[in-house]
Amino acid sequence: MIPAQFDYVRPDSLAHAFRELASDEDVKVLAGGQSLLPLLRLRLAYPSKLVDVARLPELAGVHDRDDHVFIGALATHDEVMRSAAVRQGCPLVALAAATVADPAVRHRGTFGGSLAHADPAGDLPAVVLALDGVFVARSAEGEREIPAARFFVDYLESALRPGEILTGVKIPKLGDGWGFHYEKFHRTAQAWPIVGVAVAVRRSNGAIQEARIGLANMAPTPLRARAAETALQGTELGDQVRQACGEAATGTAPPADLHAQPDYRRHLARVLTHRAVRTAAGAP
Amino acid sequence: MTEVGKARRRKEDARLLTGRTQWTDNLRQPGMLHVAFLRSPMAHARITRVDVSGARGMTGVVAAFSGQDLAAEQGSLPCAWPVTEDIVIPDHPPMAVSAVRYAGEAVACVVATDRYLAADALEAIEVDYEPLPAVLDLEEALAQDSPKVHEAGNQAYTMKVTSGDIDAAFRDAPIVIERTYHQQRLIPAAMEPRAVVASTDGDAYTIWTSTQIPHVLRVMLALTTGIPEHKIRVVAPDVGGGFGSKLQVTAEEVLCLLLTRRLGRPVKWNESRSEGNLTVHHGRGQVQRVKLAADADGRVRGLRVELLADMGAYLMLLTPGVPLLGASMFNAIYKMDAYEFGCTGVFTTKMPTDAYRGAGRPEATFGIERIMDELAAELKADPLEVRRRNWIRHEEFPYTTISGLTYDSGNYEAATDKAMALFGYDKLRAEQADRRDRGDPVQLGIGVSTYTEMCGLAPSRLLKEARYAAGGWEHGAVRMLPTGKVEVITGTSPHGQGHVTAWSQIAADALGVPFDDITVIHGDTAIAHKGMDTYGSRSLVIGGVAVLQACEKVREKARKLAAHVLECAPDDLEFADGAFKVRGTDARATIQELAFAAFTAHDLPDGVEARLDSEATYDPDNYSFPHGTHLCAAEVDTETGMVRIRSYVAVDDVGKVVNPLIVEGQVHGGIAQGIGQALFEEAVYDTEGNLLTSTLADYLLPSAADLPDFVTDRTETPATGNPLGAKGVGEAGCIASTPAVVNAVVDALRPHGIHDVAMPCTPERVWRALEGARS
Repeated sequence: MIPAQFDYVRPDSLAHAFRELASDEDVKVLAGGQSLLPLLRLRLAYPSKLVDVARLPELAGVHDRDDHVFIGALATHDEVMRSAAVRQGCPLVALAAATVADPAVRHRGTFGGSLAHADPAGDLPAVVLALDGVFVARSAEGEREIPAARFFVDYLESALRPGEILTGVKIPKLGDGWGFHYEKFHRTAQAWPIVGVAVAVRRSNGAIQEARIGLANMAPTPLRARAAETALQGTELGDQVRQACGEAATGTAPPADLHAQPDYRRHLARVLTHRAVRTAAGAP
Repeated sequence: MTEVGKARRRKEDARLLTGRTQWTDNLRQPGMLHVAFLRSPMAHARITRVDVSGARGMTGVVAAFSGQDLAAEQGSLPCAWPVTEDIVIPDHPPMAVSAVRYAGEAVACVVATDRYLAADALEAIEVDYEPLPAVLDLEEALAQDSPKVHEAGNQAYTMKVTSGDIDAAFRDAPIVIERTYHQQRLIPAAMEPRAVVASTDGDAYTIWTSTQIPHVLRVMLALTTGIPEHKIRVVAPDVGGGFGSKLQVTAEEVLCLLLTRRLGRPVKWNESRSEGNLTVHHGRGQVQRVKLAADADGRVRGLRVELLADMGAYLMLLTPGVPLLGASMFNAIYKMDAYEFGCTGVFTTKMPTDAYRGAGRPEATFGIERIMDELAAELKADPLEVRRRNWIRHEEFPYTTISGLTYDSGNYEAATDKAMALFGYDKLRAEQADRRDRGDPVQLGIGVSTYTEMCGLAPSRLLKEARYAAGGWEHGAVRMLPTGKVEVITGTSPHGQGHVTAWSQIAADALGVPFDDITVIHGDTAIAHKGMDTYGSRSLVIGGVAVLQACEKVREKARKLAAHVLECAPDDLEFADGAFKVRGTDARATIQELAFAAFTAHDLPDGVEARLDSEATYDPDNYSFPHGTHLCAAEVDTETGMVRIRSYVAVDDVGKVVNPLIVEGQVHGGIAQGIGQALFEEAVYDTEGNLLTSTLADYLLPSAADLPDFVTDRTETPATGNPLGAKGVGEAGCIASTPAVVNAVVDALRPHGIHDVAMPCTPERVWRALEGARS
């Protein structure tokens, strides 16, 4: 397919980008284009203008800061998965980034783009949600921070306002004692997850003290598996954990599509959460 | 060492892989316009109004047409295989005029100065549809009260053949097993989407198209459009894959020709991937009822097969014949007393089906190889042991099967023994037993497929018996150039197979010239003037033989010339290493010297023309019958339903091998495609007849990351029917692997009481089968 006509600008500063965004209400931000371009080609989107932010320095790079890693919106998945700061400070992000699509997509697609797209089937939204990341957005009016729990509003809808650009995400560094795993269930390597489960757990004295679980593709937005998180507190590896993970689908509203019906997705959420928790907790 | 048998790297790969070559999309013509088609969003509807006037006024738009505008000249797309006397072949206008019968059918077009403007203008065309009910299910389509796809009803044809006393075979049989298998629709998804460029210089036309069949297409375009054949030149430039999907006379090819005629300017059409998913003919699409009767010791007595074959909305070039290519193959490598095959072709409001890699034989192989596993399960016997009890033993060849084909050669024992050794069959069976005993959530299944197929379409006289409209010969020509270099001209039309390399190897041996001194010309009806093209694993076993025979004729001409030059009798000459030598002397003349002598013509004997070239048309006496044993070990996660192929061994017997590297590539790709059918691929229509799998995000193709390392090996039992001893390899992997994989999945689940999982065996389907068994 061939996209309909649109204007294209590549602003040389954020300020310039804000002016372009304000110029028309059908303007869309273009970064790596891995979500937007397919929509254009299929004529599912008809933006009047694309504002290509891909070369704005303010959005680039991965930065190791005291208590968090700041991942610039333009960092590619490949950059993220190879970043020493990410691998040390928030390894779950690196684990999940390495599973995104295929190498070509990972070299083009951006961390910020895939989050701003707010696709519940994306790998990264569930991860950032599980890690309580903080989204940093800027507009002509200034900068504001949006906690992950409030960022994902609905299917393909984020809390970003018209005129705002996501500049990056702060991922808090979890201290010692945490283990991580991203369990992605997909039919082919390049396919979207049918269900994805991002898990961080803190163990001490053989028991799970704290668990954070993000679910991909289990509702119109990524979700935290709060019931399972609560049930896991204080459990020991074994039947207790399995039982607690049985709560993983509680409160979900999974979609029906070609690859899975809702009941199967709920089942998968339970099984995969159990596997992810066990792996994150270092079970053999 | 001879060239034949060498693992030569392919001559054509550098340019194909870099794309610096003649893909149709790379071609530009002066003043070229771009065509875009408006396609029906409905599966079935009457067209009450098409208004293209909105498009005509738009920037860059040169013309816009509805089906009505073209009705007087567009003719009907051809079907070359009227399989029965009373078959219903409905009119098939390239552009719909009064009704649409599948989602994606072209209803209007725009011709514009560029591709983008053409696509924009489609949105200004108005079409009114009066919806009609979709016809989707094959059995429901045949019911009395079903809505009709065509006036004449939903049955295209029905046929039945019986061999032996089928009633006796089933009467009092100790074991009777009946199964129904579904061959899902598949989307061929060649890497290069279709593309067409058409131009005219007055009354003559050239069409460049991404096709497998330039020669057949030329004849068909002449018959369809009325343009005289000698005024049509068809070029298949480099073509990026086909798998049968480009063995077609497409609506777009005909329409582009008509548009260039109307407008007097070159036109180009490029297909998008999603357009291709909708409108490239689909493959498979069958319901198979398979019934097998056996003695208590597992000897097969008889086999009954009844197919419902999904034709889709129209009969395209080979649509009705594809399921019948399996008619003689369900009995496969097994001896039996009686066999019955019936098939009913059914119209539905979906994209027409037609040839897809294997075309009829994968379906047949699946049916028999699946039910042989069921027989083994019934007997509680090893599936390979049950096959051994029934297959044709190597000393029994040539063997005429119950369906009437004569298999010239084969050695199923050798291939199976080799495969079992490579696979570590006994060890894997032991591991399987251990996992079952332990109740491991990940169960191991072992799948077997001892396939054969018929290749080399085909002896012309057999095609006549099958009511196919054309012959099955192939043409080859060889020209020695003055400097001793060689041009081989072939009627085959490679689209990824490596004919340029393989034909060079054949000619190098036959003429004694270096491999690099040979070029191969193909795919242009103006310069490779005669051919039947490439499909059905026919190119080597027919086209390669034609090249060989043309080389031999050149050699005999050269012999006469050499005898003259060396002043001896032709019979005194021996030919070796590219030179004729007078026996017992040092006197010799190289074939290059003789080529130059023929060019100067200064001293030619009487009756010898000034050319060292020749041609040959080869028509085989019989099909060829590759066979082999494929073994698959699959791990099935019983908690999630996920299937992972752990190891895969393929031992194929494709006869004498010209280029082992090419053969291995064909086997790898074929296995991957067969695994695609087993685990991943399905063209899914919703209840309204809309295709849900219109992009590759929804239609899942396996990539390298999803496949195991294949262990491939060969046995080599030469074909006796052709001088190359080759059998063909283009489809074998795809035919063998699908049942091997599904047999492995079912084998893993059998202790749960499961004896089938519908294809593709998705994790959800496997999980639901387990849930059903648990409840």
